[in-house]
Amino acid sequence: MVTLLEAGRPYLIALIRIIVVFLGVSLLVAYLVYAERKILAHLQVRVGPMRVGPHGLLQPIADGLKLLLKEDIIPQGADKAIFWLAPIISLIAAFTAFSLVPFGPNFAITDANVGLLFLIGISSLGILGIILGGWSSNSHYPLLGALRSTAQLVSYEVALGFALVSALLLAGSLSMQKIVEAQAEQGIWFIFLQPVAFFIVFVAAIAETNRNPFDLPEAESELVAGFHTEYSGFRFSLFFLAEYAAMVLVSSIAVTLFLGGWLRPFARVAAFDFLDFVPALVFAAAAAWCLRAVLRLPRGREWRWQRLMLYLLGAGAVLVFLVLLLPVRVDGRLAFPVLGAIQGVFWFMVKVTALLFGFIWFRGTFPRYRFDQLMSLGWRFMIPLAIVNVIFCGLGIVLSKKSDWNLTASLWLATAATLLVAVLLVGRRRV
Amino acid sequence: MIFYQATFYTLAAVAVVSALLVVTRRNPVHSAIYLIITLLSVALLYLQLQAEFLAAVQIILYIGGIMVLFLFVIMLVRLDVATRQAPFNRQGLVAGVAALVLLVEFAGAIYLGRGTAELPRAAAGALQPNTEQIGRMLFQNYMLPFEIASLLLLVAMVGAVVMAKRR
Repeated sequence: MVTLLEAGRPYLIALIRIIVVFLGVSLLVAYLVYAERKILAHLQVRVGPMRVGPHGLLQPIADGLKLLLKEDIIPQGADKAIFWLAPIISLIAAFTAFSLVPFGPNFAITDANVGLLFLIGISSLGILGIILGGWSSNSHYPLLGALRSTAQLVSYEVALGFALVSALLLAGSLSMQKIVEAQAEQGIWFIFLQPVAFFIVFVAAIAETNRNPFDLPEAESELVAGFHTEYSGFRFSLFFLAEYAAMVLVSSIAVTLFLGGWLRPFARVAAFDFLDFVPALVFAAAAAWCLRAVLRLPRGREWRWQRLMLYLLGAGAVLVFLVLLLPVRVDGRLAFPVLGAIQGVFWFMVKVTALLFGFIWFRGTFPRYRFDQLMSLGWRFMIPLAIVNVIFCGLGIVLSKKSDWNLTASLWLATAATLLVAVLLVGRRRV
Repeated sequence: MIFYQATFYTLAAVAVVSALLVVTRRNPVHSAIYLIITLLSVALLYLQLQAEFLAAVQIILYIGGIMVLFLFVIMLVRLDVATRQAPFNRQGLVAGVAALVLLVEFAGAIYLGRGTAELPRAAAGALQPNTEQIGRMLFQNYMLPFEIASLLLLVAMVGAVVMAKRR
């Protein structure tokens, strides 16, 4: 029995990690939808969901239940098997990719030495779900939406790939863990060496996830809802989950490659060590927010559930705060093991959240592109810029290796050259 | 070892069966899906041989690139016409004979050459991550063929653009 347990241990740990990541990502996705509604509302001077739970905090659960209970309609003349398969392909592709995302220094499901290639491959599998879903619906809007979506994904994937290459040149590895470790060793996040590449990755990521201002595949005024127009209930929610999971995924890739993954800001500067306590501070702030919300609730029996929930949330936040600050004496000095253990995951999630906020902010700010503008931006600006950036980045690295130039200086020179090309490209363009 | 063989035979069976289905389905979209399954199981076979770079590239290029474009084109074709046409013509006999000859040839080649194909077994743990090695091979030992291949692709691309522009 003991030997069986010993033999099964690697699998057991992997299984636990898979479950934790799966549940974590699902929860994150559910609350991403909530955050989007809330942030968009505030950008438009509304309040957003307020009724289900305090500040609408239970809204994702209510939405999920609603989608589950809705009637599941399959359109007449639809290709049933493929109609059934498409959302599952999308969802599996989106969630499988998380197995390679390094959430923390010792928290990733797995690490492969072709990690990034696999991520790109798996996320390109997600396109299949979109095409097949749009085609199998046997309806015009989904078909057009799927065509647009595919054209867009295929075009922007090229720019994305080239922009990722320049980060790979700096890291010298395709493994997601090693890319972050390279940033730790060089003591600089790659965004500061390759800002143009990060810009391209971010824009391409927005296009890849069909988000505003590139959300033409789902343009309501033209195509109803794009490729998932005919989907309802549970199947629709699968597509929805996959889309938001893909958003989290591209943000994670961008964070890993350019924003130092799980590294703390100023990880090498001892003067900034106080930043290690930020996770605890966040939970303290959450507890304080709960208290404030309780005080601002109107009196009366109809608010008792909200009050109870706020008390529970606050108590939970305080509990987490206390656990995080659990001190242990090591060699006569105080150490915080729990705080240290969650450090990496915390900073990773903070950066991912920041990028996701950017996504939502964009949606609240920019008008939608026209489709030909979108394609011409992709092919005539982003792809040439990405290629030029890779060339100059490679030249910069070689320059710093052959001469005794500082890597940062030569890469900044390369970036300046790239920006010059960008200006030329913009100046030449007739849209 | 049993696990290894079981996965190998499962993947091989899936690849062969779905390859057969690619040819026999009437609906081109179904054929394309079975082709994707075939390509995916071949990619997994590469993975089992620890050729992870090849597996990743197989997925990115064949499934993410070529098959997506296939489906893209198929979607634009009137499918009801395509499904009504018979997918087979009357050359079945000739094809069958050719396939049989090929089978005999392969079987003969494998049977006659069975002693020569004995590759040395890699020691356990000796397999290096092969992405770097492939890169080194491509850009050092096989630089010229690599460049020629890329030039060919470039020519093909320019040719396609020229033909599309002429209308």
